[in-house]
Amino acid sequence: MTASSSTLPENRPPLPLSRYRVVDFGTAWAGPMAAQLLADLGAEVIKVESRERMDGLRLGRPIVGDDIAGGDRGLWPELQPVFHGINRNKLSVTLNLKTDNGLLLVRELLARSDVAINNYSPGVLDRLGLSYQEVRQLRPDIILVSMPALGETGPLRDVLAYAPIIQALSGLMSVVGYSEDEPLVGELQAPWSDVVAAIHAALASVAALRHRNLTGQGQLIEVAQLEATTSMLGEAFLEYQMTGSAPLPQGNFDLAFAPHNNYPCSEPDRWIAIAVGNDEEWSAFCQALDSPAWATDDRFGTLTARLTNIAELDAQVSAWTRRHTAQDITDLLQGYGVAAMPVMNIEDQFIDPHLQERQAYMEVEHPHVGIEWLYGMPWLLSSTPGGITRPAPLLGQHNDYILGELLGLPAGELERLQGEQVIY
Amino acid sequence: MIGDIDVTSAPPQGSQPDPTGNAGPLAGVRVVEWGWLVSGPFCGKVLGELGADVIKVEPPVKGDEGRAQGPFPDGIPHPERSGLFLFANLNKRGITLDVESVEGSQVLAQLLANADIFVENQPLSLINTLGLSYESLKGSYPGLVVTSISPYGRSGPYKGYSGADLTANAMSGLSFGTGHAHREPLTTPLHQASYLAGVGAAFASIVALLGRDLTGRGQLVDVAEAQVIGTLLTGYHLPTYIYRGVAGFRSGNRMRLGLFPNCVLPCKDGYICIDAPQMEQYRRFLDLLGEQDWMEDPRYRDRRAMSDQYPEEAEALIAPWFMERTKQEILEACLANRIPCVPVQTFDEVMADPQLNSRDFFSEVEHPEVGRLRYPGQPFRFSGSGPGAVRPAPRLGQHNHEVLGGELGISPATLESWSQNGTI
Repeated sequence: MTASSSTLPENRPPLPLSRYRVVDFGTAWAGPMAAQLLADLGAEVIKVESRERMDGLRLGRPIVGDDIAGGDRGLWPELQPVFHGINRNKLSVTLNLKTDNGLLLVRELLARSDVAINNYSPGVLDRLGLSYQEVRQLRPDIILVSMPALGETGPLRDVLAYAPIIQALSGLMSVVGYSEDEPLVGELQAPWSDVVAAIHAALASVAALRHRNLTGQGQLIEVAQLEATTSMLGEAFLEYQMTGSAPLPQGNFDLAFAPHNNYPCSEPDRWIAIAVGNDEEWSAFCQALDSPAWATDDRFGTLTARLTNIAELDAQVSAWTRRHTAQDITDLLQGYGVAAMPVMNIEDQFIDPHLQERQAYMEVEHPHVGIEWLYGMPWLLSSTPGGITRPAPLLGQHNDYILGELLGLPAGELERLQGEQVIY
Repeated sequence: MIGDIDVTSAPPQGSQPDPTGNAGPLAGVRVVEWGWLVSGPFCGKVLGELGADVIKVEPPVKGDEGRAQGPFPDGIPHPERSGLFLFANLNKRGITLDVESVEGSQVLAQLLANADIFVENQPLSLINTLGLSYESLKGSYPGLVVTSISPYGRSGPYKGYSGADLTANAMSGLSFGTGHAHREPLTTPLHQASYLAGVGAAFASIVALLGRDLTGRGQLVDVAEAQVIGTLLTGYHLPTYIYRGVAGFRSGNRMRLGLFPNCVLPCKDGYICIDAPQMEQYRRFLDLLGEQDWMEDPRYRDRRAMSDQYPEEAEALIAPWFMERTKQEILEACLANRIPCVPVQTFDEVMADPQLNSRDFFSEVEHPEVGRLRYPGQPFRFSGSGPGAVRPAPRLGQHNHEVLGGELGISPATLESWSQNGTI
C-alpha cells in the first residue's frame, strides 16, 4: 500500500499532533525515533543537521548498493535505508551550529516551535547556548526534551554508550541466556534501549504538551536512556529483594507456563513458540495432539508436575513438533485456543498477511532510491491512523520553506548564508 | 503554535489540571484500567506515574491473574505479595467488580462515563461477549479513548488467536535473532514485549486525547505487542533483508551487523560488554591492550570482516585481557580511556549502581504486605513537577468504598450486599 496524503479519505479528522512543531536535534536512533513517533501522527518535525555534523546514520557505505548511487559518493548520505525509516515524515534544514549565525537561526526556529528533542551528550546544549534557561527566554512555553545515555548528571554521565552498553548496565543483558550454567548470550540483535527510550521520550512530550495546553507552562524533561530501560525491569529488582538472589538466565523457562518454549519444526531453522498455562489450556493442547499416551502421564498432570519435569516435557513436545511445519502447528493449536506462533524472521514478518493488513511495513517513494519499504505503524489509531506521507528528507531539502517562509529570510540572504557555510 | 492557530486557546474538555502543579503533566486525566498480567496494567502504571487518576478494575476474589505469578517473598505464593503485580500496578487505585454481572456492568458504565481513557488487554472473545469492544462503546461514550492492547492486535487474520508474551516475542522478530545459531531462539526475558507495548499504548492514548481535544471524539487505540517490536526494532533487519537477502540469523554473544569488537565476553568475575564502532575508540582500546603480535597481521585490520567472517577468532585475541581482570578494573580502565566497555551488571549490582543511585533513581515504597522495597523509579524528570509520591499497588478491592461509595455515590447498604453476592 502506498502511503501518500492524497490517498487518505477527505473526511478524516486532523491528525492529533498536526498543530505542533518539533525540532529534532537527534542523531542515530533514540532521539530521531522519538521525533519520528510524533511525526507519524502529524507533528511537523524539523530535523536540524549540517554537512559539518550529519546524523550518524547518514554516514558510511550504503547498503542499497552502488548501482543506485551510480558510484557517486556524494550521494551516500541520501541512500541510507536505516536513516530513511527513522526519519520519514520529517523536514530537513541544514544549519551549521559551529557558526554564530547558524545558532541565531536555530534560536529563531526554536522561538516558533513547541517541542525540541535532543540526544546529545551531557553539556552539549549548554555549550551551544541552547540550555533550557536560555531557550525559554525565546519561547517561554517550550518543551525541551533531553535524552542523554546515562543522565545529565552522575559519575558515569560521560560514558560513551550505545545500545548494548546501556543494556549491559541496566541488568537486562544478565538474563539473556540458556541457563545460569552456560556462557552468557547477552546480546539482542537490535538496539533495544534506543527504542525503549524513544517511546518514553515521545510519551513525556505529548503528556507535557497536554499540560501546556491546559496551563500555558512548558518545561524541561530529561529521559535518560539507561533509566528508561531499567524502568521496565521491576520484576527482577523485586525478585532480588524478595528472595535474596538476583535472577539469572533461564532460557525460555517461565514458572507460569509449561510447555513454554520455541520448539523445532520439520523445516530447517524453523521454530514454533508454544505457551500453555493453566490446566484448561493443557487439556486443549492434549486434545489437539489427539491425546498421545505421554500426555496423560502423571508427570505432566498439573502445572506443578509439568514444571518439575520440564526437560522430559520439552523432549516429548519437540519430538512431536519436529514432524510438522510451524504453520501447520499454529493452525492446529490455535484451532484449540492454544497460544502458538511461528518464530518469525524479517522475511516471515514482511510477507505475513496479518502484519501486512495492519500496516507494519509500508512503502514510500524516495527521490534517489525509488520505491522503498520502511517499517510502518507500531500502533493503530482508528480514526487518525497517520502513516508515511513523505520520505526521509534530503539534507537541506526544506531550507527554503523553513528559513524563507517560516523565519522570513529574504532569498538574497539565504544565498549569502549559504556562501558563508552557515546554511551548510 | 503553527500558522495563526493558537493551540493553547482551545482548552481540552473534561479534565482539569492539578492546581498545585506538582502532580505531574497528566493530572486530571481519568483512566479506567481493566487489565491483567503485564501490558494493560503497565500502561495504567505509566499513566498514573504521569499524574493521571487510574482506577484499576479486578475480578472479585481472584483478582488480576498477575497476583498469582511471582516472584514472591521466599517463593511462597500470596495474592498480595506478587512482585510482578506490585510493580506493574504502582500509582493506581483498585476496585473489584464482576463486570459480567448486571450490577457490575452498570457500575463499569458509570466509571466509563466519567473517564477519558479506558485501557484493557483482555481476550477479544471476552471483550465481544461483554459488549466492551470499541464498536460497542463508541455510541454511548463518543469522547472515550479506548486503548486495547493484545498480543497480535484487534484487526487482521490473527486477531482472535491466543497469545502470551512468548508468542508475541516470536511474532515480533526479536526472538529469532536471540541465542546461538545452532540452538533454539530465546524469547526476550522478563515480559519485555508486554512492558514495551504498555508504554507505547500510554503514548498513543495521550496522542488520541490530544486528538479528542481538537475534535471532541475519542477513538480506538489498537496496540499489538508483537507489532511494536516488529516495526520499531526492525530498522536494521528490513533493509538487510531487502538489499542483501538476509532474512535472519542468531549470533549468540556478538552483534553481527557492525564492526569488531561488539560483543559480550567473560572476565575474571563475570561478563563485560564492549561496543567500539569508531576507529578512535578501537585505537584507544588497542593502546590499552599494549603491544601484541597479532596487531601486525593484516587479517586483524578489517573490522567488518572480523565481526562478520571470523568473529570467534577475533574475540580470542582480546579475550585473555578481559579474563585477567575484574569487572571493576575493566570499567575503570575503559572509563579513563574513553572506550565503550562496561560490566554486564546483574540485578543486585544494578541496585548498587553509582550512576543510578547518584540520581536517586530507585524509589522506596512501603506496602502493608511486603514492607519497604526499592522499585525502579520514573524515567522522566519534569522541571514542572516533582517525582511525586509513589503509591503502592492496591490491595484487592482496597478502594471499593472510596471509589464506588464516595465517588459514584453507591450506598453502604448496596455495597454490603454486592460484597455478599460477589459483585465486588
